Parts: sequence; C-alpha cells; structure tokens
Amino acid sequence: MSALLEVDGLTVGYGAAPVLHDVSLTVQEGQIVAVLGANGAGKTTLLRALSGLLPPSTGRVVFDGADLRGVKVERLVRHGIAHVPEGRGVVTELTVDENLRLGGLWRKPQPPLAPIYELFPRLAERRSHLGHQLSGGERQMLAIGRALAAQPRLLLLDEPSLGLAPRVTGQIMALLRDLRDRTGLAVLLVEQNVRSALSIADQGVVLSLGRIAARDDAAALADDADLRHAYLGF
Amino acid sequence: MTVLKDRVTSRMVAPVMRRRLNPFLMVAVGAVLVVVLTYTLPPFRTYQLATIGAYLCVTAGLTVLTGLNGQLSLGHGALMATGAYTLALWQNKFNLLAVGIVVAILVTTVAGLVIGLAAARLRGPYLAGLTLAVAVVVPSVASTFDETFNSDQGLSVILNPPPESMTVEQWQAWLCWGGALVTTLVLALVTRGRFGRDMRAVRDDETAAKLAGISIARTQVWTFVISAACAGLGGALFAVLAQSVSPGAFPLTLSLFLVMAIVIGGLGRLTGAVIGAFLLVALPAVAHEIGEASGSQRLEGNLALTFFGVVLVVVMLAAPGGLASLRLPRSWRARLSRKPAHRAGS
Amino acid sequence: MDRFLFLTFDGLSRGAVYAAFALALVLIWRATRIVNFAQGAMAVATAYVAYSVADATGSYWVGFAAALVAGLLLGAAVERVVMRFIDHSSPLNGVVVALGLVLIIQGVLGMIYGNEFRPAEAPFSRDAFNIGGVALLSRYDVFVFAAVGAVVVLLTLLFTRTPTGLRMRAAAFAPDVSRLLGVPVGGMLTLGWALAAAVGSLAGMLVIPTELGLHPTAMDVLFISAFTAAVLGGLDSPIGAVVGGLIVGLVLSYISGYLGATVAPMAVLGLLVVVLLGRPDGLFARSKARTA
Ligand SMILES: Nc1ncnc2c1ncn2[C@@H]1O[C@H](COP(=O)(O)OP(=O)(O)OP(=O)(O)O)[C@@H](O)[C@H]1O
Ligand SMILES: [Mg+2]
Repeated sequence: MSALLEVDGLTVGYGAAPVLHDVSLTVQEGQIVAVLGANGAGKTTLLRALSGLLPPSTGRVVFDGADLRGVKVERLVRHGIAHVPEGRGVVTELTVDENLRLGGLWRKPQPPLAPIYELFPRLAERRSHLGHQLSGGERQMLAIGRALAAQPRLLLLDEPSLGLAPRVTGQIMALLRDLRDRTGLAVLLVEQNVRSALSIADQGVVLSLGRIAARDDAAALADDADLRHAYLGF
Repeated sequence: MTVLKDRVTSRMVAPVMRRRLNPFLMVAVGAVLVVVLTYTLPPFRTYQLATIGAYLCVTAGLTVLTGLNGQLSLGHGALMATGAYTLALWQNKFNLLAVGIVVAILVTTVAGLVIGLAAARLRGPYLAGLTLAVAVVVPSVASTFDETFNSDQGLSVILNPPPESMTVEQWQAWLCWGGALVTTLVLALVTRGRFGRDMRAVRDDETAAKLAGISIARTQVWTFVISAACAGLGGALFAVLAQSVSPGAFPLTLSLFLVMAIVIGGLGRLTGAVIGAFLLVALPAVAHEIGEASGSQRLEGNLALTFFGVVLVVVMLAAPGGLASLRLPRSWRARLSRKPAHRAGS
Repeated sequence: MDRFLFLTFDGLSRGAVYAAFALALVLIWRATRIVNFAQGAMAVATAYVAYSVADATGSYWVGFAAALVAGLLLGAAVERVVMRFIDHSSPLNGVVVALGLVLIIQGVLGMIYGNEFRPAEAPFSRDAFNIGGVALLSRYDVFVFAAVGAVVVLLTLLFTRTPTGLRMRAAAFAPDVSRLLGVPVGGMLTLGWALAAAVGSLAGMLVIPTELGLHPTAMDVLFISAFTAAVLGGLDSPIGAVVGGLIVGLVLSYISGYLGATVAPMAVLGLLVVVLLGRPDGLFARSKARTA
C-alpha cells in the first residue's frame, strides 16, 4: 500500500542555513505518527514546510500521489491536509462558531458543524463567545475542531498539549485515537509530551538538530532506554 | 508588534552614523562654491541656485526630524508659510530684513513648539494625520483673515534694492545660501553632540532610551522645534525670493515634495538634504522645459508632481525595509542583506 | 431653534459622508494596518471618471455608476501593484507610499483635466423643503442619507452574513492562520481595498457637488474630517467610524453655522487635535495606544 504522505529528503531553513537536513518519513492512512525531539529540533519547521509556509530548498513532499511542491498554502486544505499551528491559531476576534465555520468554508456545500459540537460539547456552550474569551484548553479544542471541520485526511498537529492539564491532554489523545480508529484519519503529531504521544501513536520519529535520529514503532521507541535517555529525557 | 520589529531593525541601523566630514570645512567649501557660481552662472541659474539654498534650509531640518528622530512631518510646508507670511507682514511694516528673518524664525519656532508638543504624544499614522491636517488647513487660515493676509491674493513683500555692486540674483543667492550654510552647520553640530545621540536613541528604541535616562518627549519636542525654525527660515527666504506670499504658494503638495526630497536623498543625512533640495528645483525645471516643448500648459506643474510621486513610490518599494534602510549608506545595506542570520544578535 | 434644527440636519448629512469615507479608511486599516492617505485623491480620480462618463452619455447616473466601478478597479489596482509590496517594519512606510500615490494621482488628473475647478452637478435639488414650516432637509440630503445608509447596511450584511465577509475578516485579523484554513488572503486584501475605494468614491461623489466643485485637490479637507472621524471612533471600529463621522459632521456644522463657514477648516484641525490628545483610544477601539 502506498503511503498517504511521503516526505523524501526534505531540507529547509529560514535563511541561508538549513534547519532541517534531509528529512524523510511516511504516514499511512489511518496512522498516527509522533514527531518527537527537544526544543529547537525543527519539529515546527517540519510542519510549516509540509504545509507550504516555508518553501523547501530540496526534497519532495508527496500527498496521496500528488507532489505538493508549488501548491499554495491556501490550497492545501483542498488536498485534505489540515494544519493546527503551534500556539493554536484561534482567530481571537471571531466567535467560536465563526472560527469553526472558517474551517469548512472552502467546501461546497459547507459541512455541518453539529458533529464538531458533538465532539466538543464545551464549544457548543460557548459558540457565540469570542476567541479571546476562551481558556487555553477551549482554544485547543476549537483549533482541533476547526481543523476537523475541513474533514481532512491528514491532520498536522503542533503540540496540542501545550499548556494543558494532563487530564485534558489525555482527552485529546483519546480523541485522536478514536478518530483514527473510526474514520481512518492520519495524524502527524508533534509533541513534547512524549509518553502521551507514544501511547497513541503507531510510529514515532525522533528529530535531533534537524536530522532524523530515530524512527520506529511507537512501542519500540518507548521501550528503548538508550534512546529515551539521549533524546527524549525520560 | 510592528513597533517591536521596527525597533529591532533600527537598532541594527544605529551604529552606522559615524563617518563624517568636518562640518566647518564643508561649509567653507560650500560658501566658496556658491560665490564662484554666482559670478559664473547666468542670472536665471543664479536665481535657481538661490532657490536651492532656500529649500535646503527646510530639507535639512526635516531630514533631521524624520531621519534622526523618527518623526514624520507632513506639515513643513505650512511652517514655511508661517515664516513667509511673518516676514511679509514685518517687511511691509518695518522694512528691516535682517530682523524680519529672525522674527520669522521665532514665530515659526513657536508654531513648531505647539505642533511639536502635540506630536510628541503621537506616533505613526496619527502623527502623519495631524501634520497633514496642519498642511491642509494652515493655507486656508490666510483666506480667513482677509484684512491681515489679503486672502488668496496674498501679500507682496517690500524689499530694499541690493547693494550696487551686485545683481539681484547674486544678492538672493548669497542671502539664501548664507541661511542654508548656517542651518546645515548648526544642524551638523547639534546632531553630532549628545543631543544628536539622544535623538537617535529615541528613534531606535524608546524604551531603551527611557531606561538610559533620556526624556523622550523633551527630545522629540526640541527636535521638532529646531526643525520648525529651519522651515521658518526657509519660508522667509522664499518670501524674499518671490517678493510675495500667497496661500497658493504653500499647498499640501509642497509638504509632500519636501518629504520626497529627503527620502530620495537618503534619510537623516545632510548630504541627502542637499540632493533633495537640488531635485526640488531641478525636476520642476526639467518638467517645465518638457511642458514648453510640448506646448501644453497642463503638463507643466503636473508632470513634476507625477514624477515626484512615481519616484517616491518606487524608492520606497525598491528599498528593502523601506525608510529604515534608506538611512544606511549603500555598502551597509548590502552587507546587512547578505548576512541575515547575524542580524538579530547585534 | 429653527436654525439649530437646520444645522443639526445639515450636520448629519455632512456627517453621513464623513462616516462613509471614514468607514473606507477603517476597512483598510483593519486589513492592512495602513491609513490610506491616498484615499481622497483616489476618490477624486473616480469623480473625474464620473464627470467624463456623464459628459459622454448625458446621464448623471451612468457617471455615478462609473465612479463606483472605477473605485473598485482603482482600489484593487492600488493594492495589487503598490500596497502589497510595502515593507511593514515601520508604519511610516505605508504613509509615505500613499503620499506618493497622492502626488501621482493629482499630477495625472491635472495633466488630463487641468487645474481649474469644474462645476459638479447634484442629481437632486439642494434646496431644503419645508417640514412643518421649517426648512430642514433637501432632496439631496435625503439622497445622501439613503446612499450612505445603503452602504452601511450592505457592508454589515457582507461582513456578518456571508462566507466572503467571514473570510475577509479572518484574513484581516489572522492572515497566516487564515491561509492554513484555505482563505485566499491576498485576494481578500484586494477585495477589501476595492470595496473601500468604492465606498470612498461614493463619499466623493456625494460631497463634491456640495463644495467648490471638481478639482484634483477637492478631497483634501474632507480627508482630514474623515480621518478625524475615524480616529474619534477608533481606527479599528466600523461602528466607531459611522458614529464618529456623524459627530464630526454635527460639530463642524454647528461651528460653521454659528461662527462662520471660514473657520470650518480650522475647526477640523482643532477637533483633530482634541480627539488625538483627549481620547487616546477612540470611542470604540479595542487596541491600546496611538502608536500603531
Ligand atoms: N522564523 C524563524 N527564523 C529563523 N530561525 C528560526 C525561525 N523559527 C525557528 N527558527 C530556528 O529553527 C530551529 C528549529 O525551530 P522549530 O521552531 O522548528 O523548533 P521546534 O522543534 O518546534 O521547537 P519547540 O519544541 O521549542 O517548539 C531553531 O533553531 C530556531 O531557532
Ligand atoms: Mg515548535
């Protein structure tokens, strides 16, 4: 079976010096791949490169058989990729409802929001609140809900657990696992919270200084004591 | 957010303003040059030379305000009008030119103080809007007080004939360049000293300047006042050159021309002010010739207007970083853009 | 008392024009953090288009429509060709570029049409008709209210009720995130500039017949009044722009009514100073400082 997302020899940076060197990875349909690594390892950079916010200097990104080079950022959702950026990116001047609608706005007809509100009853209660009135956890739910409203096939998630209580993190992880199992959603999950991420992931990739330091089944990574000490700090 | 970025970029820019020529030497050379020119150029060119001198007073003051202190003023045309009208009223009453020029400077300085006090509390587009309003409204004041300012007709300026040994144009050129050279000398000295350092510190990073014990407001108001005094002198000289003043001589476009002049010449540099003043005379002259040649009256003034506008837009869009980068000598600009990675740390 | 009422209606009518023009300024400020100092000149340019078209067709209304269309096109062109490339590291950059546009537009208009005032006709009588024995409103005032009211209603509907309006707001508030959500941000900015310029054109068409006539600098003073209105309302707030416009219109109407029309320009300046120094955030703004 061919992979849903195939990254091959990706090298990107912000100026002259590259931040990511020759990164390759694959994500299969219905698979959660965790991207782990220390601060500054290049995890966010990887996601930004995948969604076209940073142009790659070399390398290929193929999604569902289509080369993504030259695809504009704003066209990416149409290919079925939704990116929840680091820090969530809730539009604070818009209401919860408007934020959610924005997610599926490009689809014709526009998808109903009821399933999203069902997933996140909390958001349903606050649908007319403005973004800046939400708590951190609510914003994370909103950002994920908004990405799901686009009915993507691949979700790029950048540190969903950032600033959240362990219990809320657990809920989000459970939700992702659930979505994968029910709908076949694929997730590229960037996390600092290694344990939670590996607990739901199928595969894990460890980035170190912009290079892939390890890549294995999630369970194997979690069991590899040396690796854990060297890169993951537990 | 933009302010923060602005600070970062201009801080990188700050240490550049070193390499300077001795201002006394420059002024001496300039004086000799002007004297030589007034004896070699034909009368009309000499008159144009005088006009450049009058413009230089204004552009020099404005480039210090905008380039070194970071305050954009669109109201300097109105300040020129203030100086010009003051001189006209004075001359028509007392006919004592030397004192009249001083009075014109003083009155404009007071006007500058008033605007400067307000301006010190404003930034960016708000400051621009306020000074723009000054530029638009002040000429209309002239038409409000008919008896004093004689409305749209304006006033003629009584002047004694020049000393017998000179032509009118020579005398005008000496007078205007005398003013211009004194202005540039004073500005060069002021901007090198501690006050100049304060001005740049405020422009680059207000918070840091405040922490260093610099009073932001006082520095800004003083700079505005100095700049206004220069504009008052320039305006008075224009009144002498034209031997008349009228609201039509100080439209909004004059203020915009002044901004264009300092942006083209390189912001915050007195040499830039000289280039700008030269262009303010040369470009309309060229446009005039083209207008004559084509036989179309409409072309004349409007060609210069269009040309200035195009130059302003193109320069601003072509310069990476816009105004801030225009403060840098070219070699620095190139070096900075070659090594982006090292920028943040410096 | 009659005079007061008259001045009140007159002020509201002027204020409606300021409101429309201020609204245009606010639309662009929200989307790009640029105060479009060229908006007056752009509006005049489209008024000249209306003049030419009306001259050729003999119909004021064809000219009127042409002005609005020209506004849309000019706004889009200005965004695409110039404003898109402005470096935002200093807020002065946008100001200076806009001023360059003012020079270009005024120069080109002068070359084509000359620098004389041209009479601009009003489509309706400007004589006030009597209501209960008091002359309050002219047909033209009614037209002004209707036109500006329609614009406000249409813009409100656009921004709050349509997907495009939602996209435009999102693109203005959070361009990067919007892009990830599939919003064509560049297109939304172009659309915003086009709409704002068309609204500016409308304001120009409404105000020019009430002033000296058509001239390349005809909108300079109006720009200051509208800028004052926008700042009074808080540059970020469309509602503020409308309210601010009406307030500025009333104040100026009373001042020129009781103190004489010649002080009106100075009154604008005074009002702007008071607003800038007295009401640092504007009436309706969410942001903090006048530093932008
Ligand atoms: N906008 C930028 N310009 C220049 N360099 C950047 C930029 N953003 C990130 N970097 C550099 O790229 C490297 C990788 O950054 P990145 O944000 O991808 O790290 P990360 O793995 O997401 O870290 P974290 O866990 O802290 O979020 C870092 O060394 C960082 O300094
Ligand atoms: Mg990161």
